[in-house]
Amino acid sequence: MSALAFLGWAIIAAQVMFGLAMCCATFRLVMGPRAQDRILGLDTLYVTAMLMLVTFGIRTGITLYFEAALVIGLLGFVSTVALAKFLMRGEVIE
Amino acid sequence: MNGILPYPLLSLALLVLWLLLNQSVSAGHVILGSVIAVLASWVMAALRPEKPRIRRPGAALRLTGMVLVDILRSNLAVGRIIVRSREPGVNAGFMTIPLDIRSRQGLAVLSIIITSTPGTIWVSYDAAKGTLLLHVLDLIDETVWIRTIKGRYERLLMEIFD
Amino acid sequence: MTALEDLPAWTAFFVSLCVLLGAAVTLIGSLGLLRLGNFYARVHAPTLGATLGMGSILLGSAFYFSVLETRPVVHEILIAAFVTLTTPVTLMLLARAALYRDRTEGSTDVPAAEMAEDLIPPG
Repeated sequence: MSALAFLGWAIIAAQVMFGLAMCCATFRLVMGPRAQDRILGLDTLYVTAMLMLVTFGIRTGITLYFEAALVIGLLGFVSTVALAKFLMRGEVIE
Repeated sequence: MNGILPYPLLSLALLVLWLLLNQSVSAGHVILGSVIAVLASWVMAALRPEKPRIRRPGAALRLTGMVLVDILRSNLAVGRIIVRSREPGVNAGFMTIPLDIRSRQGLAVLSIIITSTPGTIWVSYDAAKGTLLLHVLDLIDETVWIRTIKGRYERLLMEIFD
Repeated sequence: MTALEDLPAWTAFFVSLCVLLGAAVTLIGSLGLLRLGNFYARVHAPTLGATLGMGSILLGSAFYFSVLETRPVVHEILIAAFVTLTTPVTLMLLARAALYRDRTEGSTDVPAAEMAEDLIPPG
């Protein structure tokens, strides 16, 4: 098996693992039991999706995926902070 | 230095950010990035934050290396708890630690170190009493954690910021 | 897969190792979300993916593109710095929000607020 084929399989295996990780996070997002558990699941989902986009970049050799990953990371941070703030206060902007 | 560049480190970081985002070190981007960095540092000066002073860069480097090694080690430890343990998280619990460090920058850096190390999370800090409430995943012996945080991180942070 | 033919074998192996390690660590972290018993224990789980998982994947990516384009491609540092700064903030906020909610409900599993002011969350 050539090194390139190995890299291809490794990336596919990694993406399957990321998919499973996202399933775990989605389970927490759907099942709860409390609101903070759901937000934690959403945050994990964002981070995992960001890492998965980086592996897509390696697979296709396109650096454009990096920008997408950065945007997902930014959106995930802002949304999680807003939701956590909402849990504490009942409103986001005071 | 103070008039044009009130925060030289911030301006430098912004310039590096600009160049990394554009992925080029051409003269045009360096000039444009420098202009933006200097303008942004003026905006920062208008906010007048308390200016952090990094006393000993050597200690900061040593702290960075130590934190990276600790993050690696606690990744393995937490991974082992999640995979191997029959009932994971049974030893988790809250604990309080009295802190001596008072500098706000030092506390901010300490909170990032503690939270980004898997297995410990910074919950709240009581500024009046100087105590810190932590949640630890593997809370078997409190003294070990107190020794780690006070001896390894806090001492170095106080050298750097106080 | 395009223009990969001139990629040295050891680079491919190194990148594969980085990517596999990062994905495995992230998966273990997410498994923790399922397996750990209560919310405060679960908060620790995502840090695995956000530290070692993130670092290893980004190292692989930076290495791969640097070799592929024969110039240093280090803009992955941006994601690394960004995630390192933001993940602690979100986790701390979530833990504090959960603590506040549990305290206002009178739960006995969390340390009680020592003063009345502690119940008022900081702005």
